[in-house]
Amino acid sequence: MEILEEKKNKNKPYKPILEDIPDWPVYQLSKNRTEFIQEVTNQTIERIKALRPQRKQLTDDLEATVYREQNRIKRNKWRADPADDSRFWSGIKGELVELGNKSQEEADKATDSILERIVHRYASEIAGNFKQTSYRFARSVIKFGFLRLLNGTRIKKFGAFFRNRYTLRDKIQIVGKVKMIRSLARQGTVVMVPTHFSNLDSILIGWVIHSMGLPAFIYGAGLNLFNIKIIAYFMNSLGAYKVDRRKKNLPYLETLKMYSNLAIQKGAHSLFFPGGTRSRSGKIEKQLKLGLLSTAIEAQRSLYMAEGEPKKVFIVPVTLNYHCVLEAPEMIEDYLQVKGQDRYFPEQDKYGSFGLIKFLFKFFSNPSSISVSIGPGLDVMGNYVDEKGNSLDNTGRIIDTRDYFVSNGDISIDRQREDEYTRMLSQRIVTEYHKINRVFASHLVAFVAFQMWQKKHPKLDLFSLLRLPEEELELDYQEFKTVFKKLRKQIYLMKENGKIHYATHLKGKSDGAIQRGLDNVGVFHLNRPLIKNRKGNIITKDLSLLYYYQNRLVGYDLEQFI
Amino acid sequence: MISNSLSDKPVGVIGAGNFGTVIANILAINRPVLLYARNGHTVKHINHKRENRHHAIHANITAVNDLAKIAHECDVIFPMVPSAHFRAMMKSLSPFLQPYHILIHGTKGFDVSLPDGETIDSVPVLNRKSVKTMSEVIREESVVVRIGCLAGPNLSKELAQRQPAATVIASHFDEVILTGKKLLRNDRFQVYENHDIVGVEIAGVLKNIIAIAAGALSGLGYGENAKGLLVSRGAVEMIYLGRALGGDVKAFLGVAGIGDLVTTCNSPLSRNFTVGYRLAKGEKLDDILNDMGEIAEGVNTIQIAKKCADHYKIRALITDRLYKVLFEGMTVEAALDFLMRFPLSADIDFI
Repeated sequence: MEILEEKKNKNKPYKPILEDIPDWPVYQLSKNRTEFIQEVTNQTIERIKALRPQRKQLTDDLEATVYREQNRIKRNKWRADPADDSRFWSGIKGELVELGNKSQEEADKATDSILERIVHRYASEIAGNFKQTSYRFARSVIKFGFLRLLNGTRIKKFGAFFRNRYTLRDKIQIVGKVKMIRSLARQGTVVMVPTHFSNLDSILIGWVIHSMGLPAFIYGAGLNLFNIKIIAYFMNSLGAYKVDRRKKNLPYLETLKMYSNLAIQKGAHSLFFPGGTRSRSGKIEKQLKLGLLSTAIEAQRSLYMAEGEPKKVFIVPVTLNYHCVLEAPEMIEDYLQVKGQDRYFPEQDKYGSFGLIKFLFKFFSNPSSISVSIGPGLDVMGNYVDEKGNSLDNTGRIIDTRDYFVSNGDISIDRQREDEYTRMLSQRIVTEYHKINRVFASHLVAFVAFQMWQKKHPKLDLFSLLRLPEEELELDYQEFKTVFKKLRKQIYLMKENGKIHYATHLKGKSDGAIQRGLDNVGVFHLNRPLIKNRKGNIITKDLSLLYYYQNRLVGYDLEQFI
Repeated sequence: MISNSLSDKPVGVIGAGNFGTVIANILAINRPVLLYARNGHTVKHINHKRENRHHAIHANITAVNDLAKIAHECDVIFPMVPSAHFRAMMKSLSPFLQPYHILIHGTKGFDVSLPDGETIDSVPVLNRKSVKTMSEVIREESVVVRIGCLAGPNLSKELAQRQPAATVIASHFDEVILTGKKLLRNDRFQVYENHDIVGVEIAGVLKNIIAIAAGALSGLGYGENAKGLLVSRGAVEMIYLGRALGGDVKAFLGVAGIGDLVTTCNSPLSRNFTVGYRLAKGEKLDDILNDMGEIAEGVNTIQIAKKCADHYKIRALITDRLYKVLFEGMTVEAALDFLMRFPLSADIDFI
């Protein structure tokens, strides 16, 4: 297999924008952890009471919460769950039953106390636990570990483990508006919103943030990740807070949103995966989860209402581009199973600590690289901002984001309006994802091959197509090459119009580009999605996987050029 | 929390046509109004003679010729200009607009962006990438996001006589709907709410197609049974088309859908109705349009809707036949004959 050499990364290492960890907002947050949790608790209670003004409504919700929590404990217990879970909830259940025997006043009081304990419990569970020492330790372990793995696996010589020929910078390319995000992080609070394809994303992004010289961001990491001990350690020390997707009850969701909202208001740069969960289909997310996104808008409005010089919140979309996603086979299977039905995805993680190490080894031993595209900064309404953080309209005129919250001359709180703004922002982020997405040769070969097969069987729907025996599928190389060239040209054109980006390795002789694509697409999988056979023609060993990788280029209307 | 009191800032109306003038008069009952007219003479005429297009002008109205002044002094602006000029108007207004502005338009029509050298006639495909509603034009051309639209059976003449009438204000934002309601509502003018702004806008445009068909039936000398048939089947066709273009069924069943449709199909003076009527009498489209001097919105709409229906693979029989009558020389009788013979069974299949 030909080793794919990406152009040497020109990026120099970036200096940290804040020298000392104690200056970091995330550190400030964790230093005052107890106070912060209390503040989250108080404000959440206030919010919930506004949403459920009558005690009957509130107790209905609390009863539903207890019911669901007990169900969760019975059906879907995780290692990361606290030991006293079962005891706590049956206690609350008892108290809720008791309410009926109390006088009006006593019952009100008891309800408040129950709510307070539930919310406080949730807030403490969600809250991150950033520690300066373990951050330094974790960072150096990740850096050192990655580096050793990288060199040890790539240079097949004795002692290679201790050489420094390759650095992470060669492996992971950071492209896009790095200077801008650095500048914005100095002036306001950055909310980074990356696409989500792999469990590796969280760790990768952590490294990317550090290597851009930015202070640690707080993450909303899935609680399921905390089941894996090693990750739990790193996550905790990198400033992650926990998001438990099993909990869909009102008190939990409101607590989570309030946590994020207040953290942003306090200037903690944040990161969430707005897709909510990894993209099962391999497509760039189209529907974003609005819950956490709405907290950025709410925080911005609160900041404008607060006294003093208002801080601005900046949204930075990021795409992660892989040749190969380790979990692709299981995810695409999931996706195909439930396609068309709105069913809940159980988060099953088949990887324990050992699995993860194995994965990392595979990842680093393979020359396949990853690129991270940093998008331009947006304000919370999705307007582009300049390096000074000013919001710009389509013509480049400076506008004031504050005005979006103004009604009759004053800032007003209007939740319905902000819900709508959240929806608009999510659409803007999706558009931006498509623009900054970097096409790899592997994405393009997958797309071309799959679409050609689809075209050869116009009567088959997706599922019938996927059921075709792989042996029957073979594409003549010359035919494939012609279509590949045609599409590549389209992608060049689209890039000129600012609609997409592509990796440098896509350029050059088409034979070379196709070869690079074939060598890299889904390279870790047992059954390769696309290879050449002895005759030099294109065949697949796993059509579903090919479907996964081709999905990356869905949404650009490229199908018409096949 | 939306504040209950609106400030006493004036409200802007852009476009001193028939409808713009009538809406300005309604708004003037509650608030001072700045009415923008493109033409300097019109402005003088309104301010001095207190009259425009045979409508008396309310004392609260001041006509102006300066878009910057409107944007500067008003938080809420009602653009009421024909769809053909709408984008150009937005381009001139946009530099003065800020994100706090609320725009509620009353324009019924599509905006079509075509590649250079193409016309709606010549372009092979039309879809929602090039066909936009006015609220979408506002979004594209300005920073304003709080956008609403006004639609319904609102014949200017009857509104001016203070006959009872209703309108729909559609917007994604409660704030916009409430603001519009407060400004427009009076004892003779009922205001309904809808969140599906695109659906309401599309309903207002598509009904022009059916208006031409109503004229044609009338021109053939048919009576009320035929009209009942047309209005009900026309509504169904509007729903098919409307859904393909991004609207929701509900918008078409309300005041802006059925309400407006019935009114339009019963107003023989409207340009669309006249086109259909004279076609049925055997006249040629070119001659009719030459006589009228101004294009009937429905003729454009039929072309756009036909091409969109083809693109989205929607069965739109009435539109399709009208297209053949207008542009391919089919007679109205032949079109009607086709529709009456077409094997259809289900009355309603969209709910």
